[in-house]
Amino acid sequence: MTTHTEASTAVAGGTPRATAMPPPWRLPLLTIAAALLAAFMWPDQLGLISRVASTALLVLSLDLLVGYAGIATLGQSALFGAGAYGAGLFAQHVSGDPLIGLVVAAVAGAALAAASGAFLLRFEGFTLLMLTIALAQILLSLASTFRGITGGDDGLSDFTIRPILGLWEFDLEGRVGAIYAVAVLAVGLYLARRVANSPFGLSIRGIHESRARMAALGTPVRKRLIAIYAMSGALAGVSGAVTAQINGIVGLDSLGFALSAESLVMLVLGGAGNLSGAVVGASVFTLLHHTAASIDPYHWLFVIGVALMAVVLFPPAALAQQIWARLRAQRKASS
Amino acid sequence: MNDILRLDELDRRFGGLHVTRKVSLSLRPGDRLALIGPNGAGKTTLVNQISGVLPPSSGRIFLDGTDVTALPQAERVRRGLARTFQITTLAPHLPVQRQVELALFEREQLANSMWRSVDAHVSVREEALKLLDSLGLGHRAATPTGRLAYGEQRLVELALALALRPRVLLLDEPMAGVPKADGPILLAALDRLPADLALLIIEHDMDLVFRMATRIAVLVQGEVIADGTPAAIRDDPRVKAAYLGH
Repeated sequence: MTTHTEASTAVAGGTPRATAMPPPWRLPLLTIAAALLAAFMWPDQLGLISRVASTALLVLSLDLLVGYAGIATLGQSALFGAGAYGAGLFAQHVSGDPLIGLVVAAVAGAALAAASGAFLLRFEGFTLLMLTIALAQILLSLASTFRGITGGDDGLSDFTIRPILGLWEFDLEGRVGAIYAVAVLAVGLYLARRVANSPFGLSIRGIHESRARMAALGTPVRKRLIAIYAMSGALAGVSGAVTAQINGIVGLDSLGFALSAESLVMLVLGGAGNLSGAVVGASVFTLLHHTAASIDPYHWLFVIGVALMAVVLFPPAALAQQIWARLRAQRKASS
Repeated sequence: MNDILRLDELDRRFGGLHVTRKVSLSLRPGDRLALIGPNGAGKTTLVNQISGVLPPSSGRIFLDGTDVTALPQAERVRRGLARTFQITTLAPHLPVQRQVELALFEREQLANSMWRSVDAHVSVREEALKLLDSLGLGHRAATPTGRLAYGEQRLVELALALALRPRVLLLDEPMAGVPKADGPILLAALDRLPADLALLIIEHDMDLVFRMATRIAVLVQGEVIADGTPAAIRDDPRVKAAYLGH
C-alpha cells in the first residue's frame, strides 16, 4: 500500500522546509469539475455518478483509518450500515428531511465507531482485522433477525425523502440525486482535508508511523485513534445515508462483508493516505464494474482482479515518480 | 535543592525473573547521572518504568515531589519527563520538520486542534526550524526522517526530546550504533544541553560516561551496587570486579 511521503523540497529564503499542506478546497473543486464533465459527457448516466460519489465518501472514510491512522479494518460496512439504517428509520419514523437525515446518520456512524473503537482499538493488526469483521457480522445478523424494524431480507423501503431544503425533489432521472451526492462528497472531502492538514491529523500520521515515539511525546494514543475512528464513522454513516436516500431502500448488503472488502479494494486501487485516492479508486472500480459487468455479467470480477494485481505490483504513484525522474534526467542530459 | 526525580525502591519482576531490585536513585536539576551496567542489568527496564511504558511491580516514582507512579506516560511527559530511545523509533516518511512540529504541538496542547492547518501555526514552525538549526540539522528540515544518516537520526531524537522542554531527560544509549564520524556532532549537542536539565544517561561508551557524568550509578543484576562521583566509581573495587574489570 502506498503511504504519504513528502519528499520534495520547498526552499524559502535558503532554508529547506517541509512541503506545505495541500489547500483544502482543491480536491473538492477538482471532484466537482470531474463530476460536471462526466454529467455533460454521459447525461443518461446520472445514477452512476451518484453511486460513484456516495461510494467515494465511504472509501474516503476508510482512507482516514487505513491510509492515515494505519488502522486495519474490514468492517467499514458496519459504520456505513449504521448510517444507512439510521437515515432510513429516521425518515420512516421522524422526518423525511434529507439534511437532518444526514446529521442523524453521521451521529449514528460516529457513535457506533466511538463505542466499538473504545474496545476494538485495544488491538492491532490481524486481531483487529478479525474483530472488525466480527462486529459487522454481528450487526448484520441483528438486522436480519429484527425484521420488524429493518425489513430483514426485503430491505427497509417504507420511507419517503422530502425535497432538499424543501426545494429540490429527488427525481426519477437522478439529476437531483447526483448533484446531492457530489455536493455531500465535496463537503466530506473538504472536511477530511482540513482534519488531515491539522495538528490533529499530523499526530494521526505520527501514530501510524511510530506509536511508541508518539506516546513518548505525550500523545494519548488510544484517545486520538478513537477520535479519528469516530470521524471516519461519521463519514461512513453519511455515505450510507446518501445511498439510502437516493435509492429509497436499505438492504442487508449495506452491512455486508462484500461492501467492506470492495471499499478496501477501491482504496488500494486509488492509493491510500492522500484522500484523492478515494475518489480515484471509487471511480475506477465502479466504472470497471459497470462496463465489465455489461459486457459479461458473470466474469466482471476477473477484470477487477487483474486491475488490482496491476496496481499492487506496479503502484501508479511509484510509476509516475519513475517516469518523472527519467524525463528530468533526459532533459538535464539534453540541455 | 530538591530532587526533581526520585526513585523509591523500584522493583520489577517478569514472572520469575527479577529485573530491577529495589532501585533507589535521585536526580537534582543540573545533574548528569550516568547509569552503567553490563547487558541485561535492567537499565532499559528501569527507563521504561520511569517513563511510564511499564508499571513497576512495587516501589514509587516521584517527579518534582509528586508521586507519578500511577500516571500514564502522556501525563508524565506533560510534567516535564522526556526520553529518547535506544533504537530510533522515528516516523520514517515524515519530514524532519514535521516530526519536531509534532512534539511542539503536543507540548503546546495544540495537537487536538482539527481546523487550522499545520502551516498556519507559524510560531511552531519557526521554533521547529530554530531547534533544528541549533542542532545543525536545519538543511535537513524537508527530508523524510528515514533518509537521514543514523547519526542524524539520533540528533532528531534529541531534537524531539528538547522540543518538549523537559526538566528531566532520560537518554537511552544516545551513542548506540552511531558511526565514529558522527560521534563528535552528537557529543557537541549533548554538551550544549541546558545546564539546569537533569539528565539520566544510559550508555556503554565509557569515554562519554566519564566525560559527561557528574555522578555514576552502577546497576548489576537489577541492583544498584554503587552510586557516586566518577572518581569514586572508577576506584570502587566492587565496580571493578562486576563491570569495569573485564
